[in-house]
Amino acid sequence: MALLEIRNLHASIGEKEILKGVNLEINRGEVHSIMGPNGNGKSTLAGVIAGNPKYTVTEGEVIYKGKNILDLPVDVRAAEGIFLGFQYPVEIPGVSITNFMRTAVNEQRKYRGLDPLSGAEFLKLMEEKKKVVEMTTQLANRSVNEGFSGGEKKKNEIFQMAMLNPDLAILDETDSGLDIDALRIVASGVNKLRTPENATVVITHYQRLLDYIVPDFVHVLFEGRIVKTGTKELALVLEEKGYDWIRQELTEKGQL
Amino acid sequence: MNDTIAKLRSCRLELRKNEVWRNVDFDAFLNDEMVSPTKKSRCSNTVTCNIPDLDTYRISFENGFCHTIDATLPQGVKVLPIAEAKKIMGAEMDGYLGSCATNEINRQFVTLRDKVKGKKMENPYLEINTKEYTDGVVVFVDDKVVVDKPIQILSMLQSGKPQLIQTRNLVVLGKMSQASFVMCDDSLDQTASFSNNVTEVFVGQGAKVELYKMQNLNDHTALLNQTFVALQQDGTFRSMAITLNGGHIRNHTEVRMMGENCDCQAHGLYLIDKEQQADNYIYVEHGHPHCQSNELFKGIMDDAARATFNGHVLVSDGAMKTEAFQTNKNILLTDKAHVDTKPFLEIYNDDVKCSHGSTIGQLDENALFYLRSRGISERTAKTMLFYAFCDEVIRKIEIPALRERLSDMVKKRLHGELDVCSDCALHCSTPCNGEEARHTFKIDTSKL
Repeated sequence: MALLEIRNLHASIGEKEILKGVNLEINRGEVHSIMGPNGNGKSTLAGVIAGNPKYTVTEGEVIYKGKNILDLPVDVRAAEGIFLGFQYPVEIPGVSITNFMRTAVNEQRKYRGLDPLSGAEFLKLMEEKKKVVEMTTQLANRSVNEGFSGGEKKKNEIFQMAMLNPDLAILDETDSGLDIDALRIVASGVNKLRTPENATVVITHYQRLLDYIVPDFVHVLFEGRIVKTGTKELALVLEEKGYDWIRQELTEKGQL
Repeated sequence: MNDTIAKLRSCRLELRKNEVWRNVDFDAFLNDEMVSPTKKSRCSNTVTCNIPDLDTYRISFENGFCHTIDATLPQGVKVLPIAEAKKIMGAEMDGYLGSCATNEINRQFVTLRDKVKGKKMENPYLEINTKEYTDGVVVFVDDKVVVDKPIQILSMLQSGKPQLIQTRNLVVLGKMSQASFVMCDDSLDQTASFSNNVTEVFVGQGAKVELYKMQNLNDHTALLNQTFVALQQDGTFRSMAITLNGGHIRNHTEVRMMGENCDCQAHGLYLIDKEQQADNYIYVEHGHPHCQSNELFKGIMDDAARATFNGHVLVSDGAMKTEAFQTNKNILLTDKAHVDTKPFLEIYNDDVKCSHGSTIGQLDENALFYLRSRGISERTAKTMLFYAFCDEVIRKIEIPALRERLSDMVKKRLHGELDVCSDCALHCSTPCNGEEARHTFKIDTSKL
């Protein structure tokens, strides 16, 4: 059984339809990359899977671990193992990263019927996971994303992913705004977290990230649909030729 | 007695066109049954408000009368009941008492506003207090004395019958001295009361004073808490008013800078629900160059609660290089909750840096989604964000143990558990006997 199966998904924001029939299947152990020009629905797809209430699903299904999750609230989806790495992580002054993560970890444990972690256990886990993204001590004592640089924010997303250990991680433009060193750290963090049991979806503009996080499949999301699927070589073609040839190909086939 | 009640009632009519006193309506809290307590009217509960890890010099008031003054006060700090102070200190007292808190023009501390507007300040509540106060304390801190522990002034109300309280305090800090005050106002039962209290604070040259007000009164109680501050050159005034519960609480603060390089940091936090009202008025007068003031007031209103922020910064023509900032932020949880906010700058000098602003809104949807996307339930996420909203004010408390304590109380208030303050024999809020006494800050999630 596929970990995630999206069938004919249509979603809109307000009156505007963004997703116009997305089909996608993701199995455990796989890394998928979703590419495409701006404004074609990549972030919307990520938001709909995670359960952002600002999108309305008008048609279709999102089957995760065999269940349609579209009626589940966002926090339940997270506790079921879905993680969204934000393109623009939100700054929350007054909430410390430690308190944030401790609450998140323990609420997820509660959902799964586990006892909460003690203070000592939690701190040990945090120290261990900080190493995944080479995080410094000071970072963890600060408010969530407050005053973070672009690189720190993205490292913090991967740190949270490490803490929560999701089955399905969707990373929305995790590479945008990163210099090459930060990109290397973030990508190697993601690679360290890969197991045969989990799956990762990497949404990106640039092929560069895929030199570090090597995908099994590359999908092109164009005008609200996945119009092309290939292997990592497809990303190289897109990098070189842009997206115009895809439009042309679709027009020729009469699909646009 | 009814005479005083009548006078207090007439204040509203007298002030109906006065911007400073807009929205101030204590009528619902004044009733003809009210009596002024006597010194014999004691609280039946034992007064032991202990803040963990915070050692203080304790002064306690019961129903408006001072009953205990810490005997261990250090050298250079004098605390006396006001009547006794008048007898002993006579002339020395006269120079201070009423000279900062007065409506008269041409007084020792002439206010700029009088010069600018050419009119007298109206404050009939102050006049009534000046004529009729029953008790209070006088605190003198000698030059260069740094008081090692905060001075805690506990005011307990518990009498079983409606009462009218009027106290008058005076704080005088000598040159280069330093002291902090923790002022707790608590009701120990559900009896109605009206307090018309005045505190005058004189901050000497280079001296620093901190006032922390913790207000936790029952729903039938109104508190008019007026503080008048005069800062001499290089003086620092910090205040924080935390309103956790109360029928109608008005913190009325007037700060006058009498020399260069004064610093005033006045902050407030109000968490109110049901039909409670919280009202913060702060007036800061920049009369001299190189002074700074900063105001941050934040509040959360649930049910049909009403809040007012009325901030006025006056910068005179001679006050160049003034820096003054005013911020008021509010979260309204229901359609019936209400806030009036008026951050107001009045500037007569070009060479200044000033800003003012206020916001009224709900929780940030993006922040809420971010927290929930990590598996945190909606309710927990909202409580975390409410606390984070309050934290900006709480973190400004300079006494670590008090900061911890208040942070704890705010969390409890947000969880609706304030009445089970475990480590305090006082039951800082109303002890729970019956449904009415329960304080809940129910967050109606459907409205957000």
